[in-house]
Amino acid sequence: MPDRFRLVFTGTALAVRAALKELIATLAAEGRDDYLRSTTEIVLGEVLNNIVEHAYGPDRQGEVELCCERGQDALWFTIRDHGAPMPGLCLPPGRPAPVDGARQDLPEGGFGWFLVHRLADDLEYCRDAGCNRLRFAIPYRRNPEMNARGPVAE
Amino acid sequence: MNLESSETSDLQIVAVKEARIDAAVAIRFKDRMRELTATGAPHVVLDLGEVDFMDSSGLGAIVAAMKQLGATRRLDLAALRPNVEKVFRLTRMDSVFTIHDDIAQAHAIYADG
Repeated sequence: MPDRFRLVFTGTALAVRAALKELIATLAAEGRDDYLRSTTEIVLGEVLNNIVEHAYGPDRQGEVELCCERGQDALWFTIRDHGAPMPGLCLPPGRPAPVDGARQDLPEGGFGWFLVHRLADDLEYCRDAGCNRLRFAIPYRRNPEMNARGPVAE
Repeated sequence: MNLESSETSDLQIVAVKEARIDAAVAIRFKDRMRELTATGAPHVVLDLGEVDFMDSSGLGAIVAAMKQLGATRRLDLAALRPNVEKVFRLTRMDSVFTIHDDIAQAHAIYADG
């Protein structure tokens, strides 16, 4: 199997669906476990839809490039787009959304970056020559989710 | 967005007949839920048994569907599959909703109640 998985697609919600489907099918074909596949789908779903909704937004379309490299302990992802930069040129902090208030005050958004920060490691964003680049790792195992099997052997 | 609704006097079940509630369908889901639950039973249970992926947009739309019911009616969830349960748990939204193992459990609690 190739060391590197690469996909380029147009930034739309349906293209994100198709890209996730292809990525998850590839991981399944490699025998990656449920934890890694579901974590990857959650994190990539948030990151890619954020590009569609915010970097490009409703009036613009552009390409998104997804690269995945298999490391010893983690999948390493690099995502590039040519949309608007992150506000303040840094990643949103990903605080947990408050769930303790009255029902009518519950948040309907703000969960996405929390999930990304919670599930991915070594998040690194940079803006370079009109391009957003986000890099992060998804570890093969994380302790609270640990099951009986050890790390996947390469 | 394919949702199927069935109703008894006290309980409305809305079954999501889709594999995903994600950014591509979140707004349609919220709008369909508003139509389906505009009038009706005091308890609404959302059957998620066919949904194997939900992202933060989908979660937001489910929260919005709950808020649309107003202060006196309730939205519960049933039959969460592992990936969906994981997003509820990580965001602590599992503490906001009553979650039933399956629709039979919801019926046992609410029907004729």
